[in-house]
Amino acid sequence: MIELEGIHRHFQVGDQLVRALDDVSLRIGGGEYVSIMGPSGSGKSTLLNVIGLLDRPTGGRYVLDGRETTSLDDDELAGVRAHKIGFIFQSFHLVPRLTAFENVELPMVLAGQPPAERRRRAEAVLGSLSLTDRAHHRPDQLSGGQRQRVAIARAMVMRPTVLLADEPTGNLDHASGAEVLDALESLNDGGIILLVVTHDDEVAARSSRHIRMRDGRVVEDVHGRGGG
Amino acid sequence: MRAPDLLRLAAASLFRAPLRSAMMLLAMAIGVAAVVVLTSLGEGARRYVTGEFRALGTDLLIVLPGRSETTGVQPGLFAGETPRDLTLDDARALLRIPDIERIAPLVVGSAPVSSAGRSREVPIIGTNSEFLAVRNLSMGQGAFLPPGDIDRDQAVCVIGSKVRSELFPERPAVGASVRIGDRRFRVIGVLGDSGRAVGLDLQELVIIPVGSAQQVFDTESLFRILVQARDEDAMPRVRTAVLAAIKDRHQGEEDVTVITQDAVLATFERIFTALTLTLAGIASISLAVAGILIMNVMLVAVSQRTAEVGLLKALGARGRQITALFLAEAVLLSLAGALAGLLVGGAANGLIGRMYPALPVGAPAWAVVLAVAIAVASGVVFGLMPARRAARLDPVAALAGRR
Repeated sequence: MIELEGIHRHFQVGDQLVRALDDVSLRIGGGEYVSIMGPSGSGKSTLLNVIGLLDRPTGGRYVLDGRETTSLDDDELAGVRAHKIGFIFQSFHLVPRLTAFENVELPMVLAGQPPAERRRRAEAVLGSLSLTDRAHHRPDQLSGGQRQRVAIARAMVMRPTVLLADEPTGNLDHASGAEVLDALESLNDGGIILLVVTHDDEVAARSSRHIRMRDGRVVEDVHGRGGG
Repeated sequence: MRAPDLLRLAAASLFRAPLRSAMMLLAMAIGVAAVVVLTSLGEGARRYVTGEFRALGTDLLIVLPGRSETTGVQPGLFAGETPRDLTLDDARALLRIPDIERIAPLVVGSAPVSSAGRSREVPIIGTNSEFLAVRNLSMGQGAFLPPGDIDRDQAVCVIGSKVRSELFPERPAVGASVRIGDRRFRVIGVLGDSGRAVGLDLQELVIIPVGSAQQVFDTESLFRILVQARDEDAMPRVRTAVLAAIKDRHQGEEDVTVITQDAVLATFERIFTALTLTLAGIASISLAVAGILIMNVMLVAVSQRTAEVGLLKALGARGRQITALFLAEAVLLSLAGALAGLLVGGAANGLIGRMYPALPVGAPAWAVVLAVAIAVASGVVFGLMPARRAARLDPVAALAGRR
């Protein structure tokens, strides 16, 4: 459960105050599938970063799964990120020198989990994304669609409650993009909150809730498949 | 994060940028090798010089006739009196002193040595069987002078290796006879080349029993008496006893001089230890330079891997973990560089040792420990700043590839 109340995120750029987020309030419940659209600079990526605890709001309250986050320090935020949040990026952000398996393992390595447990979970997640035979390939030996599925596996392996995808299909052809969305949606069916930032109406149309942003504000919030 | 994972990730990063890693490794290796080689040279010089003196023996007293210092006119001593000679009886008297291990009387001269028409002028040493042990000499072939009473006059001799090759180019020397002066001697042994003795060319030398030498040179007096104490601690007692025994035999006159090596030795030890430390200090500077290079390269690495740092933060890495990752890379590199440097330095030492066999090369343990410690310390010190810079990156900007 994501609860945002009057969230502000202001930047000082030179002598100009940029309101990347301007009084945003949202409640997103378990299992929701939300698309966020809007022109460049509308604040949708900032919203995603604030929800993902990568960026701190300059004002407002953010409660994630009943826990107030605005008062947490950096290490506590890192801990919440590790266990509650999975990120999917447009450019995949796989570590190039590590194999698919090692990339998937990485969050568990950072969390200090024992190797046997890591192996079991990484293999299970890779298997569920049909990547078992690619497990020991490095990113440069994988197709774009495969890379993004490895990134999804990595985001999922800690069993987060929220999956945040920033233009997940932006660097993919249509077929690979559809595959990736299928994978994300099947995770959403399992009860995870799925937030997708996109420019693509076709992608947005697949979600069950449509948020549109402009100038740091939510200007449209529609429930129902096919809206927007 | 578990320590093995930390090291594995750091090592993976290093292998991902092999050229960069190799350059840093090289810089560190050169620094460590410099410390190892330079201290080894300084230490080798020290060991060589002190070894030369030690070859004479730190437990060795040399008794020579005459006083080297004057302590006022003694009653009964009138100007122009020559000191009494040292004799074999004096040497025999010293044998009764406790704490004396060995005594080797010396008569030194020069005489033509000939065999089968070949002849040459060679330094002759007249001594006894103890000389071998007192001077740490080794035998090449045959045996040294036989033990027995010190004034035993036997017609046997031991020759140096060069004398052997010149007098006996084609036939075995041991068992052959040579003429020294107008007496015949049977060759019973050839000296090895390994022993050391300052001021003596062991290869060009003939050793005969002291009694024979006295006859060859027609003298009753000894050139020196070498006295070896049981150990270094007994030296002061032995020295006093030797002086007392000679004085007793020389009608109450202390007309001999007793020399020991330890004072000279201590001075050389100090000089060469200072030299080694200076060399170590100079070489350590190159280690510091290597450390600065590591900092530079790590800074580049951090800026090249900004997006990766952002990713790690998104995956829940704490600042400390990111610091630890980059620091581990710097430390691994400097450690690997230090080990490579030890290998290179060791190889260089081996080469120097082969080129100059007389120089006992080999880095002292403290220098090896110091070099590795400074290398790792500079990895930590100079790796810390870049690592903290990485840890402080703003994750949002870092993920976008901005800093």
